[in-house]
Amino acid sequence: MACFIVPGAEAIVVTAAALILKQREAKKAALPQPTGVPAGSVQSEAKQGFSRKLFWLAGLLWGGVVLLAFEHLWHGEVQPFFPFLTAATEGAGAVAEMLSEMASVGVTMAVLVTAVWAVMLVVSRSIEKRPAAKAEAQA
Amino acid sequence: MTLLLTVFAAVIATAVWYQKNDKTLLLGLLCWMFWGASLMWLVDAVFEYIELRAKYFTPAPEDMINDSFLGLSVIALALVIWVVALLIKDPRGVIKARLKK
Repeated sequence: MACFIVPGAEAIVVTAAALILKQREAKKAALPQPTGVPAGSVQSEAKQGFSRKLFWLAGLLWGGVVLLAFEHLWHGEVQPFFPFLTAATEGAGAVAEMLSEMASVGVTMAVLVTAVWAVMLVVSRSIEKRPAAKAEAQA
Repeated sequence: MTLLLTVFAAVIATAVWYQKNDKTLLLGLLCWMFWGASLMWLVDAVFEYIELRAKYFTPAPEDMINDSFLGLSVIALALVIWVVALLIKDPRGVIKARLKK
């Protein structure tokens, strides 16, 4: 009915967090590095990047939300005018059903997408380590 | 059918993204949209399966046609969003060069 609202809310929060983090990383990169790594160097750029990974989660969430919103529009569960959610015009029973679906399906959607993103983080970390491991083996 | 079509679109988009390895094509946008929607529809499908059990796998022909039509429309919408983003961002400067002519 309106399950996509839950991942939509998560998408807003994640995007805001990623933007704030990106700004902080940019400020940090502009400062001289404490370890002696010059600001803006490849080494200092490699250290930043969690904001980029947060944008992956935002991408997954926004992508899904946009296409699911279209599906809900298709099924007449969402309308392009106030109150936007068809259930809101169908009485308290429909609203309760909508909220129950949001709490079950919507929350599961948000959790699954976040879990898949967490797996992506682990995999990407192991991929990032790969060239260094190969270089060590060759040496 | 919507889930199935979106998963196929996600796999194809990801394969093309990996093969091209070209940021200027913005293929990542298509991958995020299709995979995000696939994951969310997977959850929808699981909940529907819990409710319908075996009946979930034997939909009425009319429902299947409607779902297929929806799946294709979703893919079309995602492709339109991608093309619009590509034209607006213009990473290769094609539009800018054309406008300067």
